[in-house]
Amino acid sequence: MATAANMPPAVAEETATGGERTRAPRRTRNGRNQPGNRELRAKASIPLTVLTWLIAALYALPLLWFLLSSFKPGSELFSYPLSMIPREWTFQGFVDAWERVDFARYFLNTATVSIVTTALTVFFSACTGYALAKYNNKGTRLFFVCILATTMLPTEVILNPTFSVIRDLGLYNSLAGIIVPSVLTATGVFMFRQFFLTVPDDLLHSARIDGAGELAIFFRIMLPLSRPILFTLAIFSFQWRWNDYIWPLIVLNDPKWYTLQVALRSIVGAENIDWPVLLGASVISLLPLVLVFFVFQKYVLNADVSAGLKD
Amino acid sequence: MAQPTISTAAAPEAPAPQPVRSKTAQKRRNRYIIAPLVLIGVNVVLFLVFFVWPGALGLLYSFTDYRGIGKLHFIGLVNFQKLFADAGFYAALGRTFTYTVLSVPLVYVCSLGVAALLVSKAVRGRTAAKMVIFLPWLISPIVVGVIWKWLFGQDFGFINFVISTVGGNPLPWSSDGNLALAVVIFASAWGGTAFNMLLFIAALKNIPESLLEAAELDGANAWQRFRHVTLPGIAPTSFMVILLSTIHAMKEFAMIQALTGGGPGTQNTLIVQYIYKTGFEQSKVGYASAASMVLMVVLLAIALIQLRFNRKKG
Repeated sequence: MATAANMPPAVAEETATGGERTRAPRRTRNGRNQPGNRELRAKASIPLTVLTWLIAALYALPLLWFLLSSFKPGSELFSYPLSMIPREWTFQGFVDAWERVDFARYFLNTATVSIVTTALTVFFSACTGYALAKYNNKGTRLFFVCILATTMLPTEVILNPTFSVIRDLGLYNSLAGIIVPSVLTATGVFMFRQFFLTVPDDLLHSARIDGAGELAIFFRIMLPLSRPILFTLAIFSFQWRWNDYIWPLIVLNDPKWYTLQVALRSIVGAENIDWPVLLGASVISLLPLVLVFFVFQKYVLNADVSAGLKD
Repeated sequence: MAQPTISTAAAPEAPAPQPVRSKTAQKRRNRYIIAPLVLIGVNVVLFLVFFVWPGALGLLYSFTDYRGIGKLHFIGLVNFQKLFADAGFYAALGRTFTYTVLSVPLVYVCSLGVAALLVSKAVRGRTAAKMVIFLPWLISPIVVGVIWKWLFGQDFGFINFVISTVGGNPLPWSSDGNLALAVVIFASAWGGTAFNMLLFIAALKNIPESLLEAAELDGANAWQRFRHVTLPGIAPTSFMVILLSTIHAMKEFAMIQALTGGGPGTQNTLIVQYIYKTGFEQSKVGYASAASMVLMVVLLAIALIQLRFNRKKG
């Protein structure tokens, strides 16, 4: 969703530099529930807590209903009265999905695309972001504007010409055809640029005085410094590519190269939707991302993770 | 050009520029041009091949009756004349505007509201709540569509079941065009909250506590503090969230593909789906490219208007 693969600098800046970690207690905008006394403010507010958790429950409901449904046998899915908790738990939907849809293949395709693209995106975004932050000449300034333009004018809306370009490059119906066009992302470049702007120039100068070459400075000093951004962008990029739909749809023709999203769409777009299989397949498709997220969540949720880096 | 100065002109918040005095100026100068060129090289090529080339090609196609194969045959402005007389195109564009105008404010309010709650120290269990609300970020637009289709199924959905259980009449969520659009809008807010919420949380944490304290001492109540201190403080983030959500909504495609397929009928066909249908399913490449060019102009206009608006306010 709004993981806009292309974010203008101000947003990337927020993501990259964030705020400070320790902060005094703050107020919320919800006046009615606000204790006027300053002492009280840091204490728990029951109405606010209840409100927050009600909202969280509202956000969890669609997902929960969907997850629980995927454990129901096909016969129970549509039998009234519906019940939130399956009366009979079964894994049949997952088994069917795995067997009937060629899932192992789609998984492999999607994983290949996601991992390769992510590695390339992170590396080239770091290079470009560094150059835009630490070298100021007409060339880099112009390219900065160019990248900004890609956020305002997404190529997703000029499908046919992009398809022609991919076809003319001989990338049609191959995984490379999804990987190569996705490597350049404005967000990645801006995240790194913003980070490298916060790295003191003194570091660069002393390395130069010590006789280090420009590229050596980047690879041996700057790149290792940017590790947190590297992780954050890696997760973002992995999520974008894993969930990407429009490029695989256009570039891939042969079902043996399909990615998960295209395969899922072909189930849901069918005349008669096979709900047990669709539910099982969708849930399976979520698992890798959920796993990655829970391992690396601090790099995503603590958008201010890099604040400690400044010192 | 090539002043050997590490300047940060584009970023006022960065440390002050410091000139690098070099002894062998010419040699240094070359290094300062070649090194960045090497670093940005690959992305420059990708930019040219996958942004400039398709853009130029699209413009070219839009003046032809190209159908995907064969030679280009120029027909002047015929595509645009046909396009501006095409009710289907207007319907798609209008529906896209309706969708954008309704979904962007909803996404904005949801993400800012949730972010404000989640930075409040008075709320217990914030980390867990944040994680729950963030989960939809992991879910692909296609699966978001599947989830909401399942939830709002007309004959089998949970929502209609609840409505009929409490004694109401089940609503035609998929056969009524406006209700179907409403489901799409809910789904977009559900899926779009997570990421924008992160941006708002970072912005809210950056508002100096002292400003809020001062406002409070001056007798401002919580709403006044929010309206006159917090909101101006996060204005740049608000601007970005609105701009990005607008562009995102204008190019919405995958989620609707899974949720309604543009239905009932073609009532909720948005513009990118219209382009996809004409360009790929009907192979009218020239015509679809003309529609793409119109959409590009619309997007550019939206970006420029919002930039202008932002500058005036700032």
